[in-house]
Amino acid sequence: MHVMYFTEQPMSAYPAKIGLEFGATALMFSNKYFDPLAGSRLYNEYLEQYIYAEEMGVEGFMLNEHHNAPFCMQAKCNIFASILAAVTKKAKIVLLGNPLPLAENPVRLAEELSMIDMISKGRLVAGIVRGGGQESLAAGVNPAFNRERFQEAHDLIVAAWTREGPFRWEGTHYQHRVVNPWALPLQKPYPRIWVPGVLSQETIIWAAQQRYPYIALNTSIEATKKIWELYDKVALETGYEAGPENRGYLQQVHVSDSEEKAERNARQFLWMQGEFTGLAHPVWSNPSGYFSPALRRNFVEFAVGRAENPRGRPTFEQQVKDGRVFFGTPKTVIPKLRRVLEETRPSIYGIWGNDGTVSNEDARTCIRLLGQEVMPAMREIGKELGLTDPFELNAPVHLRYSTDLKQMPQAAE
Amino acid sequence: MATGTGWSESVVGLAEAKMHLARAGTGRPILVLHHDLGSPERLDFYDELATRFDVLVPHHPGYGKSERPQWLRSVRDVAVIYQWLLAELRVERASLIGLGFGGWIAAEMATMAPREFHRLVLVGAMGIKPPKGDILDQAILSYIDYARAGFHDQAAFARIYGDVSTDQLVEWDLCREMSFRIAWKPYMYNQSLPHLLGGVRAPALVVWGDDDKVVPTSAGERYAAVLPQARLEVVRACGHCVEMEQPDQLLRLVRTFIEEN
Repeated sequence: MHVMYFTEQPMSAYPAKIGLEFGATALMFSNKYFDPLAGSRLYNEYLEQYIYAEEMGVEGFMLNEHHNAPFCMQAKCNIFASILAAVTKKAKIVLLGNPLPLAENPVRLAEELSMIDMISKGRLVAGIVRGGGQESLAAGVNPAFNRERFQEAHDLIVAAWTREGPFRWEGTHYQHRVVNPWALPLQKPYPRIWVPGVLSQETIIWAAQQRYPYIALNTSIEATKKIWELYDKVALETGYEAGPENRGYLQQVHVSDSEEKAERNARQFLWMQGEFTGLAHPVWSNPSGYFSPALRRNFVEFAVGRAENPRGRPTFEQQVKDGRVFFGTPKTVIPKLRRVLEETRPSIYGIWGNDGTVSNEDARTCIRLLGQEVMPAMREIGKELGLTDPFELNAPVHLRYSTDLKQMPQAAE
Repeated sequence: MATGTGWSESVVGLAEAKMHLARAGTGRPILVLHHDLGSPERLDFYDELATRFDVLVPHHPGYGKSERPQWLRSVRDVAVIYQWLLAELRVERASLIGLGFGGWIAAEMATMAPREFHRLVLVGAMGIKPPKGDILDQAILSYIDYARAGFHDQAAFARIYGDVSTDQLVEWDLCREMSFRIAWKPYMYNQSLPHLLGGVRAPALVVWGDDDKVVPTSAGERYAAVLPQARLEVVRACGHCVEMEQPDQLLRLVRTFIEEN
């Protein structure tokens, strides 16, 4: 079982009250409220926390990026990945991930990731995402072609890593005269790619067709089970049997040395959800053409304020009840995690430990307890339940490297 | 269209997709090109035009009832498809009335075939970068807010769209997706267009609402300046959707202009 530590790296030093008054805390919420002095302090605190996490026994860091919003300070996950590649020694650097459609030049991304892989001595997991809708708007990239660009950029990056250069790329969204990067990944055939997601069935299906692990982001146990039903079905149709090595999960878990303090800090997980405001206007989060056509009818009513968010906005208490947020001491949290492991059987587990205005001291306590007590216990439970991760299993990096396919299908290129 | 004024509906296969076309009336042919929000089934403006002219109201490819050509990537492509439509229907010497986004398409068509058209009418036309101000960006606005921005008087909005049904919202979302597919960046204009309009031989009437919150009047002034035979008319107490908000005034301007020889 591969367990990793995650935080959104919140830009917590912003005037939250003004965000509430403005009614949104993304895209159009002015950066005049960004304080670079606080930003500098927070970046360095977060960096120190990862280094400390490795010392405490954490075996993986999950990193992500977002744009134009205080809930996440990482504007480029490859930057933190580069630093951690140099200053840490053993932990996996798991990017979940680079928003491919935002890239105007995916070959450049391929180069950056190759460099990180070599500098980290093969510790990179190069996960990929579509990016949120507001990120398309922030980057000026057409949301209507988001999925097409995601898949084509992926194909180009993998080609840049695996095909001998120079070669020419004449795609729909990308055209390159010469693809011949003089930086290639250390890991062969290429660094593992994992695909996180929340909602889109299309992404689950695509990940299963590639045989890439899918990482369910903070979904309820019931929703997670449905995701695996779909993934498993597509896997069988594609010619293989999916197992725990294909399943990842990200969960909000804050641990502390007392229940009271743990609960107080866990409530900060709602900070990122913007309380009353949400993160963004629905048409920013889901610009036309970005989301599944199947959801269009429900979405438009929500977007004009005549219906509730189809994803719901459950209270803290409800989220705790649904098993989406855990808090407590290691002693009380471990049995809860065991239940998730038993019920949904993932082998990849991201622990979203800290968010919002949790103090540096409390964040470090959480990291220490995770690294020394919770994660080792999870690895033991994983062994007991046979939750073998892709590294332990040496699972194929992509469908095309499979040796166990029932019938050899066309790899979904 | 279910109608008492003789509208007939047809489907025309063009450029690998089926285009929806409504047509009524006799007289000089007029191709009416609708907004980026698609078009209501019926408008008084269309009906009144059809009492004197042969009026063609297609749905743009990917908008309303017309299929989306998956390959379509630019507004110029749409203009080419409409040249194809007119050729297919053997319509000669048409006049073009372009409403908002449709005005962009009309202007592109006129540059492609400068001697082809009888008259060019651009109403609050997108398509060129306004010298002052920006074209209102629907990407950061909700559906109803964007549609409302097209009107000076919200009572006019209510008259046309009522309480806004879910079907209407879905249609607006589909239209918006198509607009993104063909006009995302630069948003709603073509940098080349102002440099090409000088070739247009059709006399042009440029009409703008005095309270157009979608396309700044400076764009109208620019159109009128670069089109060789053009005049600008400003309609009072009117927003972007002149044909919906002040149909009588627009009709008065258009009739006289198109009936001239």
